[in-house]
Amino acid sequence: MTVPISWYLILSAVLFVMGVAGFLFKRNIITIFMSIELMLNAVNLSFVAFSYVLRQLSGQVFVFFVMVVAAAEAAVGLAIIIVVFRNRDSLNVDDIELMKW
Amino acid sequence: MDKVLFLIFAGIALGAAVNLLRSRHPIHSALSLIGVMGALAVLYLLLGAEFIAAVQVIVYAGAIMVLFVFTIMLLNVGAEVPTSGSMLARYLGIPLLALFLLQLVRLLLGQYPPDQASSFGTFVGPTEKIGRLLFTQYLLPFEVTSVLILVAVMGAVVLARRKP
Repeated sequence: MTVPISWYLILSAVLFVMGVAGFLFKRNIITIFMSIELMLNAVNLSFVAFSYVLRQLSGQVFVFFVMVVAAAEAAVGLAIIIVVFRNRDSLNVDDIELMKW
Repeated sequence: MDKVLFLIFAGIALGAAVNLLRSRHPIHSALSLIGVMGALAVLYLLLGAEFIAAVQVIVYAGAIMVLFVFTIMLLNVGAEVPTSGSMLARYLGIPLLALFLLQLVRLLLGQYPPDQASSFGTFVGPTEKIGRLLFTQYLLPFEVTSVLILVAVMGAVVLARRKP
């Protein structure tokens, strides 16, 4: 039995939208960060699905690059979160408002 | 068989993602995210991306999520305090998100009719070919990412160091 390729892409879209929702509505900065990872994963699924449709390996190479960038982003982002926590003693984004208008 | 596996693991991915959004404690969210990543690794395998599936488990579910869990433990994060949140996000965000999802689904269903289907084993991306691509066509980006990783490591060390 085969799986329509659109199912993969729709699953990817739903996961992406859930990631955006988490980004908008979560208040904990670490959970917000994890929502971003969820969005990246959703896009990776799209890349792999398109790679399958077009019979091109470039899509998988791009997923590899996305993963590398995600790893770098996680390292720097979590370091920033640690510094923020040290200075403010809170991880709630409502308390981190210096650069908000 | 493909369909059954897809439905099972897509269900796991969606359920874990819902749990990520629902749970108040970051450690529960982190464990749900590991569930999403593991389920996605199976879907990558179904699409013939062996290398990506392995890397997904090793790098994403392994290394990156360990970093997250480590930070959560280090900071001893408690449960999230529910606040009212942003009005703009609630009254503009939800409708726009729903619209975005609807448009995306409509577009994808139009672009990829159900007869365009995937079956396990018809297209396989062997690791050897990906390695060859990385070291020929994508050599420059590959080398640049090594610089990016180096800068990220130094940045993380500099940022997280306790100032004397």
